[in-house]
Amino acid sequence: MASIHFSHAGVDIPIFNAYSRSLKSRLMHITAGGRLSADANGHVLVRALHDIDFSFTDGDRVGLVGHNGAGKSTLLRVLSGVYAPTHGQVHLQGQVASLIDVSLGIDHEATGRENIFLRGALLGLSKKEVTARLDEIIEFSELGDFIDMPVRTYSSGMHLRLAFSVSTVIRPEILLMDEWISVGDEGFKHKAEARLAKLVESTKILVIASHSRDLIMKACNRVLWLEHGVIKIDGSPEDVCKAYFG
Amino acid sequence: MNKLEPVILIYLILLRLWFAISLACTLGWNDIRGRYRRSVIGPFWITISMGVMIACIALVFGGIFKAPMGEYLPFLASGIIFWTFISGIINEGCTGFVSAEGMIKQLPLPFSVHIFRVVWRNVLMLAHHIVILLLVLLLMGKSVSPIVLLVIPGFVLVVFCLSWLAFFLAIICTRYRDLPQIVASLLQIGFYFTPIIWMPSLIPGRLGSVILNFNPFYHVLELLRTPLLGSLPAASSWFVVGAITILGWGLTLLSFARVKHRIAYWL
Repeated sequence: MASIHFSHAGVDIPIFNAYSRSLKSRLMHITAGGRLSADANGHVLVRALHDIDFSFTDGDRVGLVGHNGAGKSTLLRVLSGVYAPTHGQVHLQGQVASLIDVSLGIDHEATGRENIFLRGALLGLSKKEVTARLDEIIEFSELGDFIDMPVRTYSSGMHLRLAFSVSTVIRPEILLMDEWISVGDEGFKHKAEARLAKLVESTKILVIASHSRDLIMKACNRVLWLEHGVIKIDGSPEDVCKAYFG
Repeated sequence: MNKLEPVILIYLILLRLWFAISLACTLGWNDIRGRYRRSVIGPFWITISMGVMIACIALVFGGIFKAPMGEYLPFLASGIIFWTFISGIINEGCTGFVSAEGMIKQLPLPFSVHIFRVVWRNVLMLAHHIVILLLVLLLMGKSVSPIVLLVIPGFVLVVFCLSWLAFFLAIICTRYRDLPQIVASLLQIGFYFTPIIWMPSLIPGRLGSVILNFNPFYHVLELLRTPLLGSLPAASSWFVVGAITILGWGLTLLSFARVKHRIAYWL
């Protein structure tokens, strides 16, 4: 059983640079991002998330919508455990994995095969587990003999195929995504779509940030609309999409 | 947090540590492999240039100090090789978190991964450079005594000692970005104050003993160098490095516990 519980959670991101003073003079002006304020030491703080309250449980397919800088990525980072909330409490139960950057850790000078092990290690797979799935991963990526070539020689499509093929072998309880991943040419796209759908289906909770109405309507059963770091509406895809996309 | 049995808690901590170490080894190993790619001898290029440097310093300073080559060359070679190891871990430790920004902001990996990676990478580099020392010892016809084996516990202690320093520096250098430059300058000064190029016997009297005994680098170097050159490291060196290791880890773990939730925000 997986669950996510936020109570009055907030995130203030400190900005350390020489221009704090000039920024400070524009305090509390609403910009494209979160609200700006200052902490006790005079550092500028970006209030990326403020007073967030929600609970997700098994079966929730949550879409995050909102304009650029509304706090979607910050919320995903809190969910992944990278950011600890600076205010309030967050309780996460269940193994979390993120498909936000499938290429993370790919070394361009290393071969495709070496990269499968590198990427696998970052996903928390042991060498043995990667070896057991190696053939399946290589076959799925359709890279053939290129698997033993340095990734630097790959086209961007091939690069993504490799990253996607490794990254989707995991089976987390909570899955985080930033937009739906779309890889490769027409033929590969369908295969990848099916594989991703299967992965999403096997997870207990999905949280996906998106700017696409179709995706939200298709994949989600609940939507949070974030604005300036605050939840504006938390509701069904129909209601929120009508309000947000118009 | 649910209440956990202490046994299970310890098991979970060990499991996470094991994950951190194995991931760090994979990443550090890949760093070294990266230097071999498209280069036949890879990191040995650094070894070669270090060998040339040692030969040049030996010629010039051996002449100035009028030191017998059989004694001076092994002393110098081991000094430079281990100093490169020590300063490598400290310098790269400073940027341990900053250079792993992409990873830290995407994955909640244990922070120790990035430190173990730096340490492991430098241990692998040391394994390359140590070839020079073996050649020098062979060339000078030095006999090997069982004392050499003392380098193993010495090395383990030194690695533990450098690890906390790298960890601690990685934390504060992430917050204060001017520090790596300061650390690099201090290391430069440390290089001159530590008997690497000059032999301790050249500075007699009180001044010498002050420069040596109050210099932690000297004690660290002693634990590595003296057994390889066939004598016993002083008990005081073991004591100093051991004490620094214990106090240092205490300081590091305390500061880490205070700020571990903030590090990602500093990047």
